[in-house]
Amino acid sequence: MTRRPGLLAAAALFVAAPFVLPAWAVFLLTLALAKSAVVLAVALLLRGGLVSFGHGLFFASGAYAVGLAMRRLGLHEALLLTALGVAASIAAAGLLGLLIARYRGIFFAMLNLAFSMVAYAVLLKFYDLTGGTDGIGVRTPTILGVAPSGAAARLWLYFYTLALVLPAFYVVHRVWYSPLGYMLRAIRDNEVRVEYMRTSVRRIIYAAYVLSGALSGLGGALAAFRVGHIVPELAYWTTSGEFVFVAVLGGTGSVPGPLVGSIGFEFLKSYASKYAAFTWQMALGAAMLLVILFLPGGLWSLAERLAGKGRPWTWFSKPSG
Amino acid sequence: MRTGSDPIDTLAGEARGERASHRGQSLVTLPLIIVLDGVFYAAVLFLVAAGLTFVYGVTRILNVAHGSLYAVGAYAGASMVLAYLRTGGPLPLVYLALLAGAVLAAVIAGPLVERLLLRPIYGREDVVQLLVTFSLFLILEDAMKLVWGVYPYYVAEPYGLLGTMTVAGVPYARYQLALCAVAVATGGLLWWFVERTRTGRLVVAVTVDREMSAALGVDVSRVYVLAFTAGTLLATLGGALVGPLIAVAPGVSVEAIVLAFAVVVIGGLGSLGGAALGALVVGLTRAAAVHLYPEVELVTVYLIMVAVLLFRPQGLFGEVELRRI
Repeated sequence: MTRRPGLLAAAALFVAAPFVLPAWAVFLLTLALAKSAVVLAVALLLRGGLVSFGHGLFFASGAYAVGLAMRRLGLHEALLLTALGVAASIAAAGLLGLLIARYRGIFFAMLNLAFSMVAYAVLLKFYDLTGGTDGIGVRTPTILGVAPSGAAARLWLYFYTLALVLPAFYVVHRVWYSPLGYMLRAIRDNEVRVEYMRTSVRRIIYAAYVLSGALSGLGGALAAFRVGHIVPELAYWTTSGEFVFVAVLGGTGSVPGPLVGSIGFEFLKSYASKYAAFTWQMALGAAMLLVILFLPGGLWSLAERLAGKGRPWTWFSKPSG
Repeated sequence: MRTGSDPIDTLAGEARGERASHRGQSLVTLPLIIVLDGVFYAAVLFLVAAGLTFVYGVTRILNVAHGSLYAVGAYAGASMVLAYLRTGGPLPLVYLALLAGAVLAAVIAGPLVERLLLRPIYGREDVVQLLVTFSLFLILEDAMKLVWGVYPYYVAEPYGLLGTMTVAGVPYARYQLALCAVAVATGGLLWWFVERTRTGRLVVAVTVDREMSAALGVDVSRVYVLAFTAGTLLATLGGALVGPLIAVAPGVSVEAIVLAFAVVVIGGLGSLGGAALGALVVGLTRAAAVHLYPEVELVTVYLIMVAVLLFRPQGLFGEVELRRI
């Protein structure tokens, strides 16, 4: 109940934003919303003590499903294309998850990295299908049969993205307080005890993995609409690294973290590419180090601590002894 | 001329020299070519993977930035060679410059990284260790661009100087042979260090029981610095030696770490013999794929890795070795 006013204010802000902000800012905000779904996916796994250096793979599979369906099948309806993107990512995560969900820690992280690099290489080399480095152009889709253009298209796309991403956050919030969420947290704390409760750890991780794949696919499809152009770099490790970065920085103890983190990140990045093209990754790495070593709850936890809510739950415990 | 840069195509992104076509070659020479290329590629992989697995064996940390250290070695080696060539000294000494670059990079980077980044995270959760070394990976990626720029470095002198020879009618660069010899020597030296020297035994002791070693008077933190620097040296050495065969450019690091991880996983994480076996398996399979089925060459390494993980998750060399580095 106490959170209601804050939620309402946030909703009002998001609705009002595109009417107040300049066009470029609406563009960035839409993109940030889309990417926040992927950050949320990475954060969801982080809560289970799992880090994926390869979620760019599912981001790319969502985007490429949209691009290919548009180019090869001539589909233009946004809802249909989004569904296809999510389905493609679910399929990819469902398949890879069969292997990856068996592993934790190092193996989980590196297998994801390895598979995303394979996907990158495949997208690069199968020129006939994917256009190689040229990528695929994605035109503005029709939304519920309406084909907007110009400023209207910008608004349509913004609200379309908002209408899909905010519910996704709500779903993850609910999952977090469902048996699945609690089990995930328990696995992070002590996997053996979870097994003793006659619960299949692998099945829980698999479910979380497929859900994270679906979220990433949603993000990929929405980002493809907004950017209008998809390239193999979507699957490259730098893309995955940025998702991990924002997830860690935003903190995984609270749901708004990934959302606020993505928006801040996207705007910062647009400036940084102008002033710090060669030091961007370096700044990311340094910032991430500082947060991991000194502020394990993420930046959002700082805000919560200032607001006097006490110590938030973090995805790893303090070092013992 | 066959340059043999083919097998490290994916390792380095771009390969130098022309790619020889083997269509129409006799049935006898093709297997030979595959074996020669495969063993050479295995040597390259072993040099990268040995350091990764050694550092993991001692510290239980998988250094995601290991590939970056490899790339740093490649750049440092290339820079030293270029600097040396400018002085106009006797050409054969160029190899010393190459090695000096690798050693210098390792001696500077190794202790620095260990003290600043790894020390606070020993014994912490995997996630923390992975994220910290991943951060280092990001930092080094740009640091390299700042120091060496984004344009590729071609330093072919150490390669060209040795010339080529023929093995049963197949032309083969002597530099490749030298690289294989170095890989074997490195593996042997590392084994000798761990098994036969006092310091090596101390490293093993610390790996097995850190607290007991400390209680018995072993300077544990010194052992860690030493072991990590040795692992770093393996990476930079590998990079410096492979450097003359490839275009050293951004992107080398990520390919190296992904491949090295695959090799280490196939052999068994933390096992030196496993790294050697994994490198051979991957090297030969990939060489066979390059020459017989170029279409699937891209995914062979990962297919082997997946197969090994499915049927023998602890890697081919299992768990017994794992405890012993």
